[in-house]
Amino acid sequence: MRRTLIRPRLVVGSPFQLLLLGCSFALAGYAGVRLLAGDWFQVVLWFVGAAVLHDLVLVPLYAAADRALTGALGAVRRREWIGYVRVPAALSGLLLLVWFPLISGRVDERYRLATGLSADGFLARWLLITAVLFGGSALLLALRVRRATKQRPSTDH
Amino acid sequence: MRDLRLPSSPGFWRSPLRGPRFTAVLGIVLLVGITVLFVTGLLSYAAYNPNLSPVNDQTPDKGILGFYLFSWPTNPYWLYRLNQGVHVTLGITLIPVLLAKLWSVVPRLFTLPPARSLAHALERISLLLLVGGALFQFTTGVLNVQLDYVFPGSFYTLHFYGAWVFFAAFVAHVALKLPTALRNLRRLRAEKAEKPENAEKPEDSDLVTPRPAEPTVSRRGAFGLVGGASLLLFATSVGRNFDGPLRQTALLTPHGGPEPGSGPGGFQINKTAAYAGIDTRETTGDTWQLVVTGRTGDVRLSREDLLRLPLHSAALPIACVEGWSTSDQWWRGVRLRDLAALVGYDDPADVLVESLQRRGAFRRAALRANQVADPRSLLALDVNGEPLTLDHGYPARIIVPAAPGVLNTKWVARMTFGDL
Repeated sequence: MRRTLIRPRLVVGSPFQLLLLGCSFALAGYAGVRLLAGDWFQVVLWFVGAAVLHDLVLVPLYAAADRALTGALGAVRRREWIGYVRVPAALSGLLLLVWFPLISGRVDERYRLATGLSADGFLARWLLITAVLFGGSALLLALRVRRATKQRPSTDH
Repeated sequence: MRDLRLPSSPGFWRSPLRGPRFTAVLGIVLLVGITVLFVTGLLSYAAYNPNLSPVNDQTPDKGILGFYLFSWPTNPYWLYRLNQGVHVTLGITLIPVLLAKLWSVVPRLFTLPPARSLAHALERISLLLLVGGALFQFTTGVLNVQLDYVFPGSFYTLHFYGAWVFFAAFVAHVALKLPTALRNLRRLRAEKAEKPENAEKPEDSDLVTPRPAEPTVSRRGAFGLVGGASLLLFATSVGRNFDGPLRQTALLTPHGGPEPGSGPGGFQINKTAAYAGIDTRETTGDTWQLVVTGRTGDVRLSREDLLRLPLHSAALPIACVEGWSTSDQWWRGVRLRDLAALVGYDDPADVLVESLQRRGAFRRAALRANQVADPRSLLALDVNGEPLTLDHGYPARIIVPAAPGVLNTKWVARMTFGDL
């Protein structure tokens, strides 16, 4: 008895939500047919592919890398050092992700020809930033370790 | 209990960081940031005056999506520079926030059953448009500013219609989620103020893992990482909107680093003469002639003729849709309204400007009467006290206050005044 009363609401859901989503799809559809007017297959591939690539490749990839790192540091009983590796690695990886076309040199020729600017140096500068990030992080860690050993020499005995 | 090895099981996701509060903070930042991106994007579109002439319009099928278009003003003269600087620099800065937000809600992608109701099923389809749309917009934008044209079609078309598809899903998502996010933020504040009586269980707590791993970073630390990443991207990008030492700070961005040369013409170039396929035989003093057409017929002017007309100066920047700009350059040339008067238009008229450039978008561009009428709008012959360099449009180029870079046609060959 109770089941039959609740069921219709469960199947359809909130009317406000339906109306809102209906409006949203109408606008998305209006723009969408124009977005797909050209090479529709490629555009759909890019649109859906971006979400799939992010959710099923990028996220698992960096999550696995992070887990491997945590595991490795845990194995040598230095789990608390994780931030000193994770932060510079994440920042450097992000810069590579965003500026990949320039760093990898895949647009070198067009960039040089179009802008009259040198396309060299993007890789070198990214490596330099990466070195500074890891170097700075190592320095902070060294300072922390030194302070910790100074503060509690007796507890080690 | 479902199999913990499957991502559809809540226990599969173990980060103690995930939860409604983490998501709510990132969501509010994106709400504000993406709204600014959308508005500046629409303004940038209007800045091209797409309704003026088909040559300005990369999206002629826009229909009602162009409902808000207006005559782009020439004041303040740095309007497009600011608008586009904000649009691109903010977009780059928001990338870490977007990635963190998507990470925080990724377990939802795998939720089973796929739909509890029709509304829920539609909401999940809408989320595909939201996530796919956000990534599509950020990816096309980031690739375009690096001149990596691998996307399937014209950037203008993809980024404009893509923005509307994304925005449709974005508005629905905000309407559905904002009340929850705000309530969760209020709880977060109450929790901070150590009023445990207010610290109830937050909504959307399905994001909280039932099987938390040992924490390796605090929530504050995670916000610090996201904010730090945004700051790093901002600090290495924002300098591309200024000449000189500030540009050197834009370490990884296109049009960052050193200027393309020294001297009066040593400022940023959008497309060089070589890239545009300009034949120097057509630009020399003997062969080049500007053809100005209007009510009274054609007038042909050599560079020498132009230099004998009243010359005026204007300090104006070059600002590109790609989100880089130069500081003000000192241009000198003939006022566009004087050229209009030369062919019988004493009242302001629109103008179609054609370049020697043979290929590429915007080798022809239209300017509106209000742009022609502005006393700072010039057919420039000199810049910073010297004749234009070939890469900056020698023998003559257009410069108009507040107009997008590509409407400032270089290597001008013909100007046709009148109704377009």
